[in-house]
Amino acid sequence: MAYDYDKWIRPGKLPHIWCPGCGHGIVMKGLIRAFDTLQLKKEETAIVSGIGCASRLPGYIDCCTLHTTHGRAAAFATGLKMARPEMKVILCGGDGDGTAIGGNHFIHACRRNIDMTYIIMNNYIYGMTGGQFSPATPTGHKASTTPYGNPDPNFDIAKLAIGAGATFVARGTAFHAAQLDKLIVEAIQHKGFSVVEILDDCPTTYGRRNKFKSVIEMMNRLKEISVPVKAAEKMTPEQLQGKVLTGVLYKEEKPEYCEQYAKVIERAQVGK
Amino acid sequence: MAKKVAFIQGNEAAAHGAIYAGCNFFAGYPITPSTEVAEVMSLELPKTGGKFIQMEDEIGAMAALIGASLGGAKVLTSTSGPGLSLKQENIGYACIAEVPCVIVNVMRGGPSTGMPTGPSQSDIMCAKWGTHGDHPAICLVPASVQELFEETVRAFSLAEKYRTPVMIMPDEIVAHMRERVVFPEPGEIEVINRTAPSVPPEQYKPYDTSFGDVPPLAAFGSGYKFHVTGLNKMQDGFPTTKAAIVQAEEERQVRKVEANKADIMKWEEYLIDDAEIVIVAYGSTSRSARYAVNAAREQGIKAGLFRPITFWPFPEERLLEISRKTKAFITPEMSLGQCNGVVKGCIEGNAPVYGIYHVDGEPVSPDEILNKMKEVK
Ligand SMILES: Cc1ncc(C[n+]2csc(CCOP(=O)(O)OP(=O)(O)O)c2C)c(N)n1
Ligand code: SF4
Ligand SMILES: [Mg+2]
Repeated sequence: MAYDYDKWIRPGKLPHIWCPGCGHGIVMKGLIRAFDTLQLKKEETAIVSGIGCASRLPGYIDCCTLHTTHGRAAAFATGLKMARPEMKVILCGGDGDGTAIGGNHFIHACRRNIDMTYIIMNNYIYGMTGGQFSPATPTGHKASTTPYGNPDPNFDIAKLAIGAGATFVARGTAFHAAQLDKLIVEAIQHKGFSVVEILDDCPTTYGRRNKFKSVIEMMNRLKEISVPVKAAEKMTPEQLQGKVLTGVLYKEEKPEYCEQYAKVIERAQVGK
Repeated sequence: MAKKVAFIQGNEAAAHGAIYAGCNFFAGYPITPSTEVAEVMSLELPKTGGKFIQMEDEIGAMAALIGASLGGAKVLTSTSGPGLSLKQENIGYACIAEVPCVIVNVMRGGPSTGMPTGPSQSDIMCAKWGTHGDHPAICLVPASVQELFEETVRAFSLAEKYRTPVMIMPDEIVAHMRERVVFPEPGEIEVINRTAPSVPPEQYKPYDTSFGDVPPLAAFGSGYKFHVTGLNKMQDGFPTTKAAIVQAEEERQVRKVEANKADIMKWEEYLIDDAEIVIVAYGSTSRSARYAVNAAREQGIKAGLFRPITFWPFPEERLLEISRKTKAFITPEMSLGQCNGVVKGCIEGNAPVYGIYHVDGEPVSPDEILNKMKEVK
């Protein structure tokens, strides 16, 4: 299928700020393909982001876009969605933005099951500020603030979302670009809070500190560690050591927040 | 038809004032002594089709407020002390992105948890300088329950008219006392809404200064698409680091309030004309001050009261004028001199400015003010 990228890229806004080899651009293309597939209306679609390299994505896409404060995208978006329940609201941002400073807003957006889709680009690091460790940086890895190796355990972002109550949770990688489109399309179509964790790469601040010789090597690693959920069912725990599952990890139907609030209004207006 | 009259608490009046002004979205996080505002909004808003959400914290509440306002809603939050500190990050965002919103901050003792149930007037500098960077500030400080209702309505009009956050800051006494309120009829108090764009979506720019210092604001979801950021921005909303644009935009953001001070400022003068001693007091403290001024007059002391109703922008020029024929100023306040410093800052040393400061959870009594007048006379 041919996708109309030009329709969705804001005129005059390229080139983007991302480094050569940065995975965020791959995610943006996947998002555009999903928008195009779903034939979303630009005026009825909002992308809300926090702060970070990943969070610069909305500036390039031609729709209603809101670049907020670090970690707060989910909370800004919650207000917008409540004021405009008919809009498609997409959140995007990085691992640091979403799980450190924004962790609280993230889990509560999951819990409310408000109908929005959160694209979280996990490059295992704070890219924009020069490579400090994030809650997703693997233990033992190097960051500018873990020169002796990271002592912290890391979050499994998808599991965190499931635990917090998100009703659609998927994981993809920047290597598996074709699969990404499908996951994002399904996430947007899902009614409720959907999360797509996308493993990508930051060659500039993470790759070079952790002995990746090239972007290709980083991409190959994404390929090597990922196992589709279906395939994992047939694998032993030993075989799954060091692997991450990809695909749709969780899906459930639950009452959606804006619809629940519409019922509050109905109850308040009884006998009025 | 007789007007609706009720005996209600300050916080309830703020909530009803917001609804009168057409507020249709509230986001908050509970905190004493402001919680009743949220409680009344949770009860009343859905009756009008409006929406209430209790967020996970005050940072999130302020964020949700801005999101909803950009969706076209008229928005309110309420908080106190520690909550105000948390809201400051996104108050700054609302300043630079120019998003209308109203924040009720009930002043309690601080810093930190301080005295959660005690009254205070020590957030006044936080209202102006709490968020980092240069930015406009509008802060209203009502002294009665009726005034809290009316000033909340005005807060909405100012926020919408100037595309900026407006704080309304009753001290805990004003917020919790109960008084008779006469509810105005719809239309009786002017309600101003933000200017909608007059150009079609293809031509729209969210910071188009060809429409003046306060460009029209479209709503997301209304057929207009545009970009909003907390970075320094150009007229089309996209970020820039171009020195001339950043300088001009920052100046415009502040000028929106500075150049319209006459419209925003409001104060009351009581027996000022021949006054030798002028008390500058606001909120509940102004009520003690008025009592003290009356008592002083009975004793032959020429006393007067200057009561800011808008604290920011502060009525500096008028106070400077008054200072030219004043022997002494006294600033009774529930703070260690925040208002005192502001008064000193605008009267060019024309008169001494004495303070009476309470941060013990007790209001300043009329006797204390009267005694001070006798002392400095
Ligand atoms: C309140 C606040 N604290 C810190 C920062 C600095 N900061 C900007 S981006 C960033 C990290 C972004 O990391 P991530 O979300 O993983 O995005 P990436 O750049 O890796 O795509 C930090 C710490 C900020 N902008 N605001
Ligand atoms: S620093 Fe890292 S995350 Fe940021 S643009 Fe460069 S490669 Fe991407
Ligand atoms: Mg990152």
